[in-house]
Amino acid sequence: MAEIGSFALLLALALSVYSLFAGILALAFQTQVSSQLTGVVAGRPALGEDSSLVATLRQGSERIGETARRAGIATFGAVLLASIVLVICAFRDDFSIAYILHHSNRDLPTPYKFAVLWSGQEGSLLFWSLLLAAYGFVLRLRYKTDPRLFAYASVVLSGVQIFFLLLLNFAAHPFAIVQGTIPADGNGLNPLLQYPEMVIHPPMLYLGYVGFTIPFAFALGALIMKYPGEKWINITRRWTMVTWAFLTCGVFLGAHWAYSVLGWGGYWGWDPVENASLMPWLTGTAFLHSVMMQEKRGMLKMWNMWLVFATFWLAILGTFLTRSGIISSVHAFAQSSIGDWFAWFLAITLVVFLFFFFKNKSHLRSEHKLESLVSRESSFLFNNLLFVLLCFTVLWGTWFPKISELVQGNKVTVGAPFYNRVAIPVALLLLILTAVGPLLAWRKTSLESLKRNFMWPTIGAIVVAIFLMATPQKWGSAFGLKPWRDISYFYSLMAIALSVLVTLTVASEFFRGGRVISKHTRQGMFASMVQLTHRNTRRYGGYIVHFGVVVVIIGFAGAAFNLDKEQEMGYGDKMTIGPYTLICRSYTDDDAPNYASEWAVLDVYKGDKQIDTMTPVRRFYKASRQTSTMPDIRSGLNEDLYLVFEGLNPDNGHPILKAHLNALVMWIWMGVWIMLIGTVLALIPNAPAPVRVPAPARVASAHAEPIATGD
Amino acid sequence: MWGPPPSAVRAAQPGRFAGSAGEVMREGVVKILRECVMANSSRKTKRSQPSLKAVQTLVLCALVFAFLGASDPVTRFNEIGHQMMCICGCNQILLECNHVGCPDSDGMRNELMASLTRGDSDSLVEQGFVQKYGPTVLAAPTTKGFDRAAYIMPFAALILGFGLIVLVIRAWKNRPAPAIADGLRPVRGAELEQFRDQARQETDL
Repeated sequence: MAEIGSFALLLALALSVYSLFAGILALAFQTQVSSQLTGVVAGRPALGEDSSLVATLRQGSERIGETARRAGIATFGAVLLASIVLVICAFRDDFSIAYILHHSNRDLPTPYKFAVLWSGQEGSLLFWSLLLAAYGFVLRLRYKTDPRLFAYASVVLSGVQIFFLLLLNFAAHPFAIVQGTIPADGNGLNPLLQYPEMVIHPPMLYLGYVGFTIPFAFALGALIMKYPGEKWINITRRWTMVTWAFLTCGVFLGAHWAYSVLGWGGYWGWDPVENASLMPWLTGTAFLHSVMMQEKRGMLKMWNMWLVFATFWLAILGTFLTRSGIISSVHAFAQSSIGDWFAWFLAITLVVFLFFFFKNKSHLRSEHKLESLVSRESSFLFNNLLFVLLCFTVLWGTWFPKISELVQGNKVTVGAPFYNRVAIPVALLLLILTAVGPLLAWRKTSLESLKRNFMWPTIGAIVVAIFLMATPQKWGSAFGLKPWRDISYFYSLMAIALSVLVTLTVASEFFRGGRVISKHTRQGMFASMVQLTHRNTRRYGGYIVHFGVVVVIIGFAGAAFNLDKEQEMGYGDKMTIGPYTLICRSYTDDDAPNYASEWAVLDVYKGDKQIDTMTPVRRFYKASRQTSTMPDIRSGLNEDLYLVFEGLNPDNGHPILKAHLNALVMWIWMGVWIMLIGTVLALIPNAPAPVRVPAPARVASAHAEPIATGD
Repeated sequence: MWGPPPSAVRAAQPGRFAGSAGEVMREGVVKILRECVMANSSRKTKRSQPSLKAVQTLVLCALVFAFLGASDPVTRFNEIGHQMMCICGCNQILLECNHVGCPDSDGMRNELMASLTRGDSDSLVEQGFVQKYGPTVLAAPTTKGFDRAAYIMPFAALILGFGLIVLVIRAWKNRPAPAIADGLRPVRGAELEQFRDQARQETDL
């Protein structure tokens, strides 16, 4: 089997190399033919009259281009074959393959055997290559949309694909054979990865990372060929949104996994690898906003080109950080020496991009004209500033230990306290802009109209803030918020108040639009809002994404109210945390083929009433000889009761339990669902027909009254 | 995500300060309060400047919110404990290190509590830990020496970016309108506003 996999990888590399060079050759020929036809090549006569030679040249270049396209499609087949072979080897417990030996064992449950594909260095690179080939497969099948632009994008994709296939063939071979005696059983999968979400978190994250190669390929292709107009933006818009949704999903699945598995009670630790996933997300989000400026006004062409490149580059940089070990991270499971390869690849892509950018930047010049500071255009500029600044802050914080080591000779830690101080104020500014932005019109907004639209949401937000400060704390986590007691309370109050502001502005946008449609069609308000959304899915889908974001922010704001307590719990012992009382009913152990476990049984009381029984577990994985906690979490809208079985007291054998009361965490996961729903809505094509209204009595025929829309 | 203050912060008592760092903060806040009051009273004779007053009020509010945290030993234990890392290699905040049998966190917590009980100031406690465990024991860069760059850079970038955007907007705004065909004149001023209002009314969604 290993031979088949190795051969498939070599074949994929050969096909990619062919796809790249044949693609370049075909495009060079086509450019030459176009130049000859128009007689623009200096010092040479035009071939315009020698039509047979031109036709032959054109036909030849088209044929070469077609073979390049087919080679790209075949690459997908070859990489898919290699991936299937690796998964089959995992299911067959073929420990003659070093990768399977190090990342699987006989008793590993079936779903995790499938996840072996992306659980280690070599496999995850193969998976990355597979996803890239799959994206390329779809792109090359849809080439008729714009054959020339797609040919350029295909060449760029082949270049990126070659890098990953070179890695797989020569630096991190997934089918390397074990030397000497083959062990009877494997080392097993990292226990932290043996969790259902780990089966979907990496694929989602990789779909996001890899997906940003597509907008980059189109952008670079458009830059190289000096593509006229903004069509490439329209072509890549859906790709970018889908990719962004995958990355969002991947980032938050990672956060949920950390929360559910790592047992420290949090979901985001500002670890370099977490940061690496956040950075492309931030620039990608900035691009999704600024691209509208290019579509609507033909502005920010250069800036958008840079944003697309930065997003792609940061995704690769993230992988470099994960794999090189240059910055210490808890995600050490995939470190190796392939960092040099990534560093070279980053350098080469930067040089290639810079070369074509400076060579063709005159093509990107546009007539920027702003009529007012109070306009949608200005808000997008500030929006981009804040997103890029947040990205810079995260990048700066991630690299600062290394910079500090170079400058002052010693490393420093850059953890959560740094990001809380620096990133939260910027995030709050961004939240203000999220509230104001949608209320601004393109070109110019009068201050009167801004005041009119903004007044009620602002009053609403202030009322909520006062209400939260005035209410008693016993009402729940977010009540009784006294911002003067602690800076984190101040941030939380600001975040919640601004979230309310955004929600009310979004609601007012739906309401005002719905009211207009309702007036014209005499439908109910809800039906009108549905129709409104369908008539401009991108705009109203975007608003729903904004609403999802504020729900997530409210969830983040809850962290200021968290409580935790640690206690040894013998039979019948009590622990009180917040409104909950925990009574230890029992503790015991168990044995399964893959792991041994210790767990406690705790009755949970709220007041005098028993509301639940919880069982936090600690497992010992036999193959890898590592332990892992499985916290038991009782989730509610107000707070999560989060119990961790930390271990046994060696003196008396009593379990030691840690209880966390984490406020508003469920809001984060709900917000992510809303964001994804909004993204899906934004991907649905707009309803084509204008609204038709019944004709007035004095007019005989039906009269259509169009209602204009705009992002 | 909002960081530090779990349980004990809830029991905070506003206005109470302990240790020299707290004293310095209190003196600073009182000084600024006094200056603001004096500035306001002297301005009563002149015409007050609303924007300056607003800026002063904002600065004051920010300082009050930043420094008025309570500082009894338990609160300080929580605050400082959340500013430090466990050194066992788990990469966790000292008070969040959650594995039983950690060779370091229990000892470090005891040391922290002992220092606070002795009445050491925040900076003295931190210095002691840095001397013993190295600078990586602090969860965030200090505000001294080169470490300051960690905090300055993002805000410098914010100010720079903000200024740059304002300049760009002004430049774009002052750019002359593109030439249009003969016989047509650009619509400006009140006439343009009239067309805008009409367009809004007809297309308002």
